[in-house]
Amino acid sequence: MTLTLRLGVAGAIKHHGSETYPDECCGALIGRDGVVAGAYALPNTTEEGPRRRFRVRPQDYREAERRATEGGGDLLGFYHSHPDHPARPSQYDLDHAWPFFSYIIVSVRGGVPEDLTSWRLKEDRSAFDQENLVDGID
Amino acid sequence: MNTIHIPTPLRPFTDKRESVEVNGNTVGELLADLAKRYGGLRKHLYADDGKLRSFVNVYLNDEDIRYLEREQTPVKPGDSLSIVPSVAGGAQVVTPPSGRGTSGPTSHAGVDQDVLPALSQDEIKRYSRHLIMPEVGIDGQRKLKASSVLCIGAGGLGSPAAMYLAAAGVGRIGIVDFDVVDFSNLQRQLLHGTPDVGRSKLASAKDRLHALNPHVHVETYETSLSSENALKLFEPYDVILDGTDNFPTRYLVNDACVISGKPNAYGSIFRFEGQASVFATQGGPCYRCLYPEPPPPGLVPSCAEGGVLGVLPGIIGVIQATESIKLMLGIGEPLIGRFLIYDALKMRFRELKLRKDPECPVCGTHPTVTKLIDYEQFCGIRPESQAQAAGAAGNEWEITPVELKRRLDDGDDLFILDVREPNEYQINQIPGSTLIPLGELPRRYQELDPDREIVAQCKVGARSAKAVDYLRSVGFVKIKNLRGGILEWIDTVDPSQPKY
Repeated sequence: MTLTLRLGVAGAIKHHGSETYPDECCGALIGRDGVVAGAYALPNTTEEGPRRRFRVRPQDYREAERRATEGGGDLLGFYHSHPDHPARPSQYDLDHAWPFFSYIIVSVRGGVPEDLTSWRLKEDRSAFDQENLVDGID
Repeated sequence: MNTIHIPTPLRPFTDKRESVEVNGNTVGELLADLAKRYGGLRKHLYADDGKLRSFVNVYLNDEDIRYLEREQTPVKPGDSLSIVPSVAGGAQVVTPPSGRGTSGPTSHAGVDQDVLPALSQDEIKRYSRHLIMPEVGIDGQRKLKASSVLCIGAGGLGSPAAMYLAAAGVGRIGIVDFDVVDFSNLQRQLLHGTPDVGRSKLASAKDRLHALNPHVHVETYETSLSSENALKLFEPYDVILDGTDNFPTRYLVNDACVISGKPNAYGSIFRFEGQASVFATQGGPCYRCLYPEPPPPGLVPSCAEGGVLGVLPGIIGVIQATESIKLMLGIGEPLIGRFLIYDALKMRFRELKLRKDPECPVCGTHPTVTKLIDYEQFCGIRPESQAQAAGAAGNEWEITPVELKRRLDDGDDLFILDVREPNEYQINQIPGSTLIPLGELPRRYQELDPDREIVAQCKVGARSAKAVDYLRSVGFVKIKNLRGGILEWIDTVDPSQPKY
């Protein structure tokens, strides 16, 4: 599986991650046919401490889905940051994952964004598959 | 009849429909009807206990059912239901830094500052160049004194690694080996000198390390590492330093490190190239994340077959020692998730990124290997008795040099495949033969014509037997191995050629 990011998308996600550091950031990925055209920042509304958690409110989810379909695209998934943690999904990510969505994770170390990875839930919910990320087509 | 709005990630289960018509009198019944019609989405809506998952929000006409009567909420005709994903996640909850610290994932396990051993006057003088660096200092040196490394093998990699670890003041160094010093070892295995030839490597290593640093305890284990003894041998050590030269032991060391939770300071060498990494740390990848399975037996030659530049293990072994020391001190950036490749001819270091594979059979989320297995079998190396049996039955796949000569003289159309290395081919060759070194065969076998009869040949017939096995495995049937290789060819057919 390959997820392609339009030019500027990776940069926007990384920028968001360092902006909210040491808290986690989150946002929606919008595009179509495996190409992310835009990343939309969303508020992190977790009540469990934003250093280690993020949550997208249902109304923000609906807004993201509406925005995607209005533009003739799809909601392809979500991104979030792992402050001072590797860009790999946690058990918590796995427990809360939805099928077919791409989950982009950016690791941010000391405020500096590093790796960007993308993951998809396996059909049986047992684990994530890492997706191949292609960065920056025009 | 009511409508349920389906969110994007569940639409692949509903034939891409954004909304679906369902029947029922309550919210729970509508959802159950949905799951009945589209079974694929059931496990994403319901947990194993049959309850709605916590991240599944359900709205009845824009009202969260949690604020109504939840799944018992009655529905009227025309009411519409929406499933709205709650999207959540986050980094792993950090476990408090007990032993395995945050800076180095394996800072010295379980060492309490108060119980660290003191340094004697002699030791303070000896380690003074360490002590004046704040990254080590007195406390760091005491940590090293309290820590321990087990070297698997006292050969090319184990020699420089053990010598530097001893000189640096690592308190306890274990060595596993069962070999005897041979003249051919001296070109690179600096633990052993010319007078040691014929001695056990362990005895020679112990003498050498004690001469370097009498403060270090050297424990020796005269045995070959096996699935039966590995976990017990690893248990009393903080870091395992893999200096092995074969795949079965390499996989055994890796798996035993993962199972016992010990970091593996890995290195390997071949000809002019070396590799190093740190495997099996908490959260880091292991050797199997990189190579889940070994190569087919025989396709990757050993140093005994392919040779090795004598100084190469000096570089790689010292990198392994460096990483061990960093892990035990908990300083710097360990070689975790990074695979270092060193090319001595080009004098270049390259680094590959390594990721922990969630599918890894040993360290993944759902490991299938949870205890040590038979690694000889795993690597496709058959016990000797079976190999002999196969050899006896395998005569139809063999041809003698005399028979080959007769058939060539008869004008039979035979393709002679020489699987040696080019520099061997320069020394002698069977007229008309074509050179494809054994290691290149997997990517070049398509150059061969499967309809033509092939005779594979090497120096003594061992590598070409592997070539025959390999070619048979990819579908060749008209193939034979030249028994005894070119040496028997020279002895029985063409004595004019030089032997090596």
